[in-house]
Amino acid sequence: MYAYIIRRLLTLIPVLLGLTLIVFLMIRAIPGNPAHIILGQAATEESIEALNKKLGLDQPWYVQYFKYLGGLLTGDLGDSIRTDSPISEQIWPYLAGTIELALVAMLIAVFIGVNAGIISAWFQNSWFDYALMLLALIGVSMPIFWLGLLEQWIFAVNLDWFPTGGRDNVRNPVEPITHLYIIDTIIQGDTEKLVEVIRHLVLPAVALATIPMAIIARITRSSMLEVMRTDYIRTAKAKGMKMFWVVYKHSLKNASIPILTVIGLQLGLLLGGAILTETIFSWPGIGRYIYDAINYRDYPVVQSSILIIALFFVLINLIVDILYAIIDPRIKYR
Amino acid sequence: MTIKPLLQVKNLKTSFFTDDGEVPAVEDISFNVYPGEIVGIVGESGSGKSVTSLSIMGLLPNPPGKVTGGEIYLNGKNILQFNEKQMRRVRGNELAMIFQEPMTSLNPLFTIGNQLMEAVLIHNKWPKKKAYDRAVEMLRLVGLPRHEELMNAYPHELSGGMRQRVMIAMALICNPKVLIADEPTTALDVTIQAQILQLIKEINEKLKTAVLLITHDLGVVAEVCERVIVMYAGKIVEEGDVHTIFQNPQHPYTKGLLQSIPDIRKKEKRLYSIPGTVPKPGSVKKGCRFYSRCNVRMPRCLHDQPPYYTTEENHKVRCWLVEKEGEEREQSTITTSQ
Ligand SMILES: Nc1ncnc2c1ncn2[C@@H]1O[C@H](COP(=O)(O)OP(=O)(O)O)[C@@H](O)[C@H]1O
Ligand code: SF4
Ligand SMILES: [Mg+2]
Repeated sequence: MYAYIIRRLLTLIPVLLGLTLIVFLMIRAIPGNPAHIILGQAATEESIEALNKKLGLDQPWYVQYFKYLGGLLTGDLGDSIRTDSPISEQIWPYLAGTIELALVAMLIAVFIGVNAGIISAWFQNSWFDYALMLLALIGVSMPIFWLGLLEQWIFAVNLDWFPTGGRDNVRNPVEPITHLYIIDTIIQGDTEKLVEVIRHLVLPAVALATIPMAIIARITRSSMLEVMRTDYIRTAKAKGMKMFWVVYKHSLKNASIPILTVIGLQLGLLLGGAILTETIFSWPGIGRYIYDAINYRDYPVVQSSILIIALFFVLINLIVDILYAIIDPRIKYR
Repeated sequence: MTIKPLLQVKNLKTSFFTDDGEVPAVEDISFNVYPGEIVGIVGESGSGKSVTSLSIMGLLPNPPGKVTGGEIYLNGKNILQFNEKQMRRVRGNELAMIFQEPMTSLNPLFTIGNQLMEAVLIHNKWPKKKAYDRAVEMLRLVGLPRHEELMNAYPHELSGGMRQRVMIAMALICNPKVLIADEPTTALDVTIQAQILQLIKEINEKLKTAVLLITHDLGVVAEVCERVIVMYAGKIVEEGDVHTIFQNPQHPYTKGLLQSIPDIRKKEKRLYSIPGTVPKPGSVKKGCRFYSRCNVRMPRCLHDQPPYYTTEENHKVRCWLVEKEGEEREQSTITTSQ
């Protein structure tokens, strides 16, 4: 198992290497360059050239690329062009913002999605099943920005139940420790702030949870239906077991591998794809961080942020694969 | 000396509701199982043996399957009228079942120990330790070695024969009064088949568990059963004690089945088998269901369904021939007496 994990981690190196190259080239393919944007319209040719030289952008791209790679190997993510400070020192708060939002969204999506799928399969062809599956169909095809705006308009603007955006109350902000605000406020034992943090999370998390929830509900239903036809489920019933346990113990565990796969994929997508939601709810997350960096042609920030998201993506995948083997004793990695 | 039957099936009718409407899979199924005996139900694939046993267990896939008529008494109580909760108390407790597919009948993701202990704990509020000991005791009873190790093993680490032994251990763990074994040896190698049959016989003797043994192989019946019920196309066609059925079979179908038992003493080139296949449920609208394959059929068999005759005590046959022969026999006795 450990040998397998190490081997998997080693195979990540070429993947991530390829990714850095693609991102490196793509960001440079966008017209405009940092010096222009920093110095503005009135800048002279000389001042632009001087700044380019200072930023190292006058060198051929491959020289720049290998310098960047060399930095990465020593754990240096590079410096932000815009703020002129190391990326490794400023990226975490944004990343933590997105992680917190994505995890809460995923928790909602998994809890509701899995249970809805199970109940749908359990009462297959009932009106409940039809209604849930119709909802799920609507859910997967829901445009998230539209849902986000609608939520904001109803629950924040009109009803005023939740704030319209941000991670915490600006007038009484959270003093960050880990930058995962739920954890921070719990460590500080500050219930009032914890409630504020949760209130800020609700609307964006629900918007973000919608599509994964619908996808999880559908895969859970089909996976459960398949399992519930098997001989060992008949055996469980023949023992006189309550249907609840037949479903939640014997069926769910067997149905869980496809469900886990989808959860892993969706979580990866949430981490990288929360940008729309983050924009609507002014959420200071990694999506916003990258978006702003692209506007400023802040090349190193874009490169390193995407690299980190990709790293999360592949690590989630690895964790899912390891979970397979924990769930199913027949799966052995060598 | 009237012994009450443990399990009494009366005029059972089970149908499947498909796009073509109601299709009866079994009809007029009536038989008794008495305490401590082994009764065989024999018939080719598609005769309705599994449907009968699943109907008794209340485990028919519903929809599309449903018991549409008759009564099933367990210890004098009609379990067809039980609600789901009452039925759950019966299943795995008083009435247990093992299946044809040992390879797929155990949950692959739970240990043998977990699945065995669960079977006791569903029906008994026991401490874990007691359930564990009981599970080990059952493993010993079904002749499996290395109990501690086996308790922690997963099904895929066991052979088919071992898995079927585990299934038997699991079925018997709550001391059921009746064990339904639906083709328990069909999926196993010949040598293993004999061992499993031997085990069922031993258990029947040791624990006095009544067994309803379902098989398509009359050879199996000869080895372990006391009484046998022959099923064809959803109906019982002959019933009697094993000795009678083997010495004096009356129904052409039973005779055909007997001929198809391989006999190692005779050097047959090819094994006999009844030509044709079992008709699909609902396809025979009138007359005898065996008509299309019967080698002694008569014109009336096409139109009129033969009744279920009792030819002698404990021997019943559903065939017109019995009447004819009976008439002839009666006539001959009349003539000789004159
Ligand atoms: N799930 C089902 N849906 C529809 N028909 C079924 C189903 N299960 C069994 N049947 C019908 O019942 C008949 C008897 O099946 P079964 O009891 O399995 O036979 P046996 O066990 O004797 O081989 C089959 O021929 C089939 O037409
Ligand atoms: S009733 Fe007629 S067709 Fe049916 S088994 Fe007897 S002889 Fe054959
Ligand atoms: Mg069968």
